[in-house]
Amino acid sequence: MSRRRISLRQELPLLVWLVIVWGALWQDFSPGSLLFGALLAVLVARMFYLPPVEVSGRFNILHAVPFALRFLGRVAAASVEVMYLAAVRGPRVISSVVAVPLRSHQDLMVTATGHVISLIPGSLVVEVDRSTSTLYLHGLNVSSPEEVENLRREVRSIEAGLIRIMGSREELEAIRQEAAA
Amino acid sequence: MNPEASVVDNVIDTVSAVFLVVGALMSLAAAVGLLRFPDLLSRMHAATKPQVLGLFLLLAAIGLQMRTWWVWPALLVAWIFQLLTVPVSAHMVGRAGYRTKHLHRELLSSDELDAVVQKAAQSARDDSSRDEADDGGRRD
Repeated sequence: MSRRRISLRQELPLLVWLVIVWGALWQDFSPGSLLFGALLAVLVARMFYLPPVEVSGRFNILHAVPFALRFLGRVAAASVEVMYLAAVRGPRVISSVVAVPLRSHQDLMVTATGHVISLIPGSLVVEVDRSTSTLYLHGLNVSSPEEVENLRREVRSIEAGLIRIMGSREELEAIRQEAAA
Repeated sequence: MNPEASVVDNVIDTVSAVFLVVGALMSLAAAVGLLRFPDLLSRMHAATKPQVLGLFLLLAAIGLQMRTWWVWPALLVAWIFQLLTVPVSAHMVGRAGYRTKHLHRELLSSDELDAVVQKAAQSARDDSSRDEADDGGRRD
């Protein structure tokens, strides 16, 4: 078989996650249970092959914690906003479909950005163009060109935040230069 | 029983009560949104956002009431799976809806995907007509 071998380092996040799920499902984090979980995780990862996710190898926890808190805050704000729109505007709400070109061309970054913006204020990924890494978003209650521009800027800033957490060095450098300019 | 413990209990009970009520409200908002929004794409907003927060609040209330640390990982895993799957399902439904033209053009103020789709369709038509011409020319 001509499968590309995945190095243990690349597979480690998946294995750790599987062990956590195992422990959480049994609600038992004793060493024996975790060891058996790890054994199963390796077995599952070997038997059910997934294409390796390209990870950059860096993860900045200092950026990740504020980002997660801001994310939670935005999820709450988005929920209240959608609740308000549903109750007050209802059938008269105007939306638009916006194209947002992303900086990163890595599948993981595009996916993560898409996930985050799907969960925060008024945006939903309708289509992804992987070759140019452009996201097409449906923006709820976006009716003027300024609001379109705001949405685009916000998505790009979220992507910048994600790159600071786990982007590659080149992307990080690009962000720094952009911020300096 | 010392009185301090009951104060803590009261606080925890109050917080989880607030979480439960707000969480239920969020789920109600999702239902109202599904009913009131005009087209498929805006309904997907209602289906994804308030209910993710609603589930988070309900799970947090469960965690507070159970008073055992080992339920937290299970609740966290449940919520993370929700976070991972909700945008994907909303995207799949939205994408299928857009492609099958289940949308109201008059409710969109701008559509930057439309031009791209038209162009792709045009080039696909050009390609297929060219292929047919090629096939006619050199079939051997």
